[in-house]
Amino acid sequence: MHHKCSDLKRRVLKMKKWGTAACIAAASFFSLSGCAGSTSGENGEVIVYNWGEYMDPDAIAMFEEETGIRVIYDEFETNEIMYPKVEAGAAEYDVICPSDYMIQKMIQNDLLAELNFDNMPNAKENIGAQYWEQSREFDPENKYSVPYCWGTVGILYNKSMVEEPVDSWSILWDERYKDNILMQDSVRDAFMVGLKLNGYSMNSTDAAELETAKNALIQQKPLVQAYVIDQVRDKMIGNEAAIGVIYSGEAIYTQRENPDLEYVIPREGTNVWIDSWVITRDAPNKENAEKFIDFMCRPEVALKNFEYITYSTPNDAARALIEDEDIRNSTIAFPDLTQYSNLETFRYLGTEADEMYSELWKEVKSE
Amino acid sequence: MIKATAKKVYIALIFIFLYAPIGTLMVLSFNASRTRAKWGGPTLKWYAALFENREIMQALWNTLLIALVSSLTAVVIGTVACIAIQGMSRRGRAVFMGITNIPMLNADIVTGISLMLLFISLGLKFGLGTILLAHITFNIPYVILSIMPRMKQLNPNTYEAALDLGASPIRAFFQVVFPDILPGILSGFLMAFTMSLDDFIITHFTKGAGVDTLSTKIYTEVKKGIKPEMYALSTLIFAAVLLLLLLVNKAPREKSEKTNKTGGI
Repeated sequence: MHHKCSDLKRRVLKMKKWGTAACIAAASFFSLSGCAGSTSGENGEVIVYNWGEYMDPDAIAMFEEETGIRVIYDEFETNEIMYPKVEAGAAEYDVICPSDYMIQKMIQNDLLAELNFDNMPNAKENIGAQYWEQSREFDPENKYSVPYCWGTVGILYNKSMVEEPVDSWSILWDERYKDNILMQDSVRDAFMVGLKLNGYSMNSTDAAELETAKNALIQQKPLVQAYVIDQVRDKMIGNEAAIGVIYSGEAIYTQRENPDLEYVIPREGTNVWIDSWVITRDAPNKENAEKFIDFMCRPEVALKNFEYITYSTPNDAARALIEDEDIRNSTIAFPDLTQYSNLETFRYLGTEADEMYSELWKEVKSE
Repeated sequence: MIKATAKKVYIALIFIFLYAPIGTLMVLSFNASRTRAKWGGPTLKWYAALFENREIMQALWNTLLIALVSSLTAVVIGTVACIAIQGMSRRGRAVFMGITNIPMLNADIVTGISLMLLFISLGLKFGLGTILLAHITFNIPYVILSIMPRMKQLNPNTYEAALDLGASPIRAFFQVVFPDILPGILSGFLMAFTMSLDDFIITHFTKGAGVDTLSTKIYTEVKKGIKPEMYALSTLIFAAVLLLLLLVNKAPREKSEKTNKTGGI
């Protein structure tokens, strides 16, 4: 026993020595990685948090070269997964590109900084008036956000399978297209269709209106081939379905792959979504952030990004530069918003309404 | 006869379910058209594009580096922890094994968010270092889990005999204990390596701006559709793992023959 005790002491002593060595190694590793992370450009840095595949890499390189500001570029996949990281302050982002309703939520929770538009002449001049107007739904005074990409949600249909011209959400309830209909598999998008069909606001929190929409969706369910998100694109290209609910940004691409496809905005109105640049309240590099946003609003740069992303740009000056006339004047990419009176943009409805929506959506899905 | 064919059909079905998705992915990686709905003829252009894509290559490098460093560190810490746990009383051992098992049962998202909050409160700068710390943390229990059973099988007298014969504790450990628990250490290492390799959610919450691993990189492409370069990369990874498995399965046979011989002496 005695033998074992002294042995243990020796072991502990040795372990201590190893422990210190390990600590030093770890410390040097972290300080090293810290050094590697802090090599900034001659004029500092800007930390950007954007959607995946949502900017031409060349645009970033151009900005770095011209301004001497290093861009640390990071990407997210959904608004919901971006939000907790920003709210907790895990990484200090300067510029973020959330969607409409999420911007409203971030304004409400005091996460955003007011923008100084005197530093962003390109943003002021080049973004079209109708987009500033539409942005008021989530940023009432246009103080916090600069529109970057936008689009509508509509019906994509295959002309060889659907004979009559489509102009209403009610086609999605037509028995003749049983098992040929694709719906969006997300609460707000699905309820948008149900609410708009019945002439209600898609931002409704009225229990009776939501109940009506829910019943419509349940009634539609036997006709639906599948509830999907990005498979709408591939399924429609492959003639696997006749009608699908889709984002306009995908419509031009699918048409190029399959000329039988046609996109319409239903007459009952629909969702106009906008992804906009915002600056965080505690942004460590606010000036650089404004320079970055302004750079992205330059006509040539916005055009470059439009060609890369293919989602509609709110930058009128960039649109004028598009060479392909069919795209420049496309009513899919650039519908005249003033022609419709019933277009809306998603608003953040608060936790209570969120719960009500997901509760009703669960009922639809489990029916 | 019917029973035999039923067996075969059953096995075939299992293999189809397991490998059809991977097969589809492999075929698509050679598809010249961007969409899965159309076959645009065979091509190798996605493989070429993959190696030219700096971001994907950087993400691949980060992933491998993090997986290797975190699993090696976890193996060292885990082995030391096993020695300590082995030396405890029966009750202490049960308590400690319970504590190390909890993180494995815990949902990844809880681990991810709590690590993020911890790092914030410690004032750490988020980057490769924080991902590494997080991965080491969640890897340790897996290492302990695979070494501990080996430890229990050990005959404690051999270690003490080595000490009595004049070996230092370190030497006794490496010559007597280590060879016996080596298979446990290796399987712990492999488990930790794969856990680290395909972790998404913990990495997401502990990574800094501009640092990506393959899983976070692929996930960001969800909004605009996953690019065929990723199919190509996944195919390559699958082929590499297959090769590794073939090698690993071949190796122990030779080894066990060898140990039998030395055992004879």
